[in-house]
Amino acid sequence: MAEHTSEHHIVPLKYYFGVFALLMVFTALTVWVAQFDLPGLWNIIVALTVACIKATAVVLIFMHVKWSSKLTQVIIIAGLFWLAILLVMTMADYLVRGGWGVLGVQPN
Amino acid sequence: MADHAAHVPGLAHHFVSMEQQKEAGTIGMWLFLLTEVMFFGGLFLAYTIYRAKYPDGFLQGSHLLSVPLGGLNTVVLIVSSLTMAMAVYYSQLGERKKLLGFLTLTLILGTVFLVVKYFEYAEKFQHNLFPAYWTYNPAADHPPTQYHGQVQVFLWIYFMMTGLHALHMIIGIGLLLVIMFMAHRGKFTKEYNSPVEIFGLYWHFVDIVWIFLFPLLYLTGFHVGGGH
Amino acid sequence: MATEVMAQAEESQTNYLNASHTVKSWLLTLDHKRIGLLYLFSISIFFAIGGIYASLIRLELITPQGDLMSAETYNRVFTMHGVMMIFFFLIPSIPATLGNFLLPLMLGAKDVAFPRLNLLSWYVFMVGAILMLITIMSGGVDTGWTFYPPYSSIYSNTQVTLAGVSIFITGFSSILTGLNFMVTIHTMRAPGLTWFRLPLFVWAHYATSLIQVLGTPVIAITVLALGFERTLQIGIFDPKLGGDPVLFQHMFWFYSHPAVYIMIIPSMGVISELIANMTRKKVFGYHFVAFSSLAIAVFGFLVWGHHMFTSSQSMYAGMVFSLITYAVAIPSAIKTFNWTATIFKGSVSYDTPMIYALAFIGLFTIGGMTGLFLAALGLDVHLHDTYFVVAHFHYVMVGGAIIGYLGGLHFWWPKMTGRMYPEIWGRISAAIIFLGFNLTFFPQFIVGYLGMPRRYHAYVPEYQVWHILSTAGASLLAIGFIMPVLYLAWSLKYGEKAGDNPWMAAGLEWETSSPPPTENFTYQPVIDHDAYEFEHVKEIKEAAAKEAALQTA
Repeated sequence: MAEHTSEHHIVPLKYYFGVFALLMVFTALTVWVAQFDLPGLWNIIVALTVACIKATAVVLIFMHVKWSSKLTQVIIIAGLFWLAILLVMTMADYLVRGGWGVLGVQPN
Repeated sequence: MADHAAHVPGLAHHFVSMEQQKEAGTIGMWLFLLTEVMFFGGLFLAYTIYRAKYPDGFLQGSHLLSVPLGGLNTVVLIVSSLTMAMAVYYSQLGERKKLLGFLTLTLILGTVFLVVKYFEYAEKFQHNLFPAYWTYNPAADHPPTQYHGQVQVFLWIYFMMTGLHALHMIIGIGLLLVIMFMAHRGKFTKEYNSPVEIFGLYWHFVDIVWIFLFPLLYLTGFHVGGGH
Repeated sequence: MATEVMAQAEESQTNYLNASHTVKSWLLTLDHKRIGLLYLFSISIFFAIGGIYASLIRLELITPQGDLMSAETYNRVFTMHGVMMIFFFLIPSIPATLGNFLLPLMLGAKDVAFPRLNLLSWYVFMVGAILMLITIMSGGVDTGWTFYPPYSSIYSNTQVTLAGVSIFITGFSSILTGLNFMVTIHTMRAPGLTWFRLPLFVWAHYATSLIQVLGTPVIAITVLALGFERTLQIGIFDPKLGGDPVLFQHMFWFYSHPAVYIMIIPSMGVISELIANMTRKKVFGYHFVAFSSLAIAVFGFLVWGHHMFTSSQSMYAGMVFSLITYAVAIPSAIKTFNWTATIFKGSVSYDTPMIYALAFIGLFTIGGMTGLFLAALGLDVHLHDTYFVVAHFHYVMVGGAIIGYLGGLHFWWPKMTGRMYPEIWGRISAAIIFLGFNLTFFPQFIVGYLGMPRRYHAYVPEYQVWHILSTAGASLLAIGFIMPVLYLAWSLKYGEKAGDNPWMAAGLEWETSSPPPTENFTYQPVIDHDAYEFEHVKEIKEAAAKEAALQTA
């Protein structure tokens, strides 16, 4: 499969308009869902899922990653992976600490 | 003697070809964005930890933010990403006037974002809600709730994250002005337009950060009925 | 061998050093070689400052009583020692000096990908350094180089914020250098120079750059947050306001542990080059050594909690961090075994660079293995915050990183300056450094195990004998470090002029003149063989031909 690099490939305008529409729709969606008090963690899960979909659209189309070199794609995956390490491994400490070890008066 | 290539406008002397230069610039910008992911990542970590610890405080705190203004800013940035993408499109076609037009639109939208932000911050300061030891006094307007200490935690996270984001917007606008100046001078052609594209990457990234900040900060307390 | 498209212009003596002489041409240079020298000059000064602080520490510790300075002053002294050495010497050292100088040469390129960014990197570094010098002149900081809150955010009366700003700024220098190197290695390799034909020095710098790019932003945000905490008291790390001081430790060590790999991996890259070239043998297990650099870089991000075993971090998280810390030792061990295997049946020459390389293997092994002592959760409870830890990290940072730096400096000195250093003085000072170093730090393992805490200026009399040995060693070490400064400076004017390849070493950097011309090569290098293929080295071929001619005559 021939690898398109962004320097040779001009993205047709319709892709941009399509992504724009998607972003607006999902923004409206996330605001609409937020007004409901969903059980448990569902509010945050929905919110983050929508945000991830929007971000993916921006990355793939606006930032041309769909047509970029493998290296660019690896860099992005690496960034997400490292962010995950930071978040997951630190949370792993806090979640199993119990009482979190934070001293002092609970803020009122 | 090694052949000296005819001077290609815009090609730096240590690169062997325009393609190499463009690849280097693009990868360089992506790596820089990688550092930005980790930079903001530290604050997202703080958000995650403190939100899990103080869920009620975060609900109350988020309710202090204006969803209409935040939503407006979200739309403004999304449109600015579209205009930026179109600016890149026209730079690839070598159409200078359209390029400048869309860059100008992007500039205007970015400025609108910052103006809205300014009003939001001003309102917070007015209500003594900036969480420094000499300015934080939620009792000034309403009697303190049982969560007001936790709300203070939410507020410093809000200010640090949106403040850092706003700083990146300001820098972005500065860079955008440079790109516009270069475009005005006719520096960009069909063959050499990579600075526009590479700047576009930065602009879209700043938009993506906001795409996450909006639901995490503004929409968290949207369903909470109670006032602050 | 590199295909020469044209003959070298050997007659012209123009090289990057004499191409222009004005101060402006140095301070506004875009030449990576000159930028490397700018760094070399500045970090040497910062090393001297750090060394003065070290001398003060060792002088105080000769006697059990705290008699040379008050406890408060001592806190400032060890803090500034750590800050200067780590941020302003070790982290830049090899990448900013040798890396900057050699990477484009080893890649067959004219310069790094972003020369202006490279110069900016140095200026940003200097701004950060000047801010730290101002901090020193305002009394320094007394929190320890680790800046833990709540002491640093609430109680310390020293210039914590200024120091934080300095480190924030200096961090960008590191990020920019790493970014520059990564892009250069990806996009500017000469034709035919595939990844697995690269010298291991390049692989090491790629891995280091990865860490710089991914880790440094986290300490930047940490220090920024600490600054806001200290000035505005917003409550990030303050328990009274709902914050968590251990969060600082998590964020701080997320960078600062990988940072130690920023300090050691380039040194390992140097050692690969020294051992290969000083034994005229291909590095054994090239692929394993290359991948181990990457493995250390990646795994190094997963172990930061081993600095926090006694911090109230969850015991279960501690177990995970401990296990992965054992795993991260494996790639380092793989390198050590491969270097040893390289030396086996090689043609060893005991010049100064080789002495440093051999010293590295021994000292790094001790440093690395004592790290494993500390990685054991139960043992760490006893050893944490004792001199055992101090000894461990000095074995890897001085016995490892600095020894590698000195070895590389001597090896590439003729390439950088066109002059040979006096070999006899090189060997003498290497020996003095080796002896002085061991005498300084080995007793610290013992006194730490016996219970001597770190960062204390007074101690029980039972420990004194070990401290006296340590201070004696430090005096010797100081002499050993001063000597190269003197004879290297001397060699600039009086040293024997070096040819293109005085070591008959393999590597693209040796295929151009010493010192190289500003554009590095007068032709476009093309590669058609692996690294460390000595049969392709011009000088070795000539020597072999001469030998053959003598034989047949």
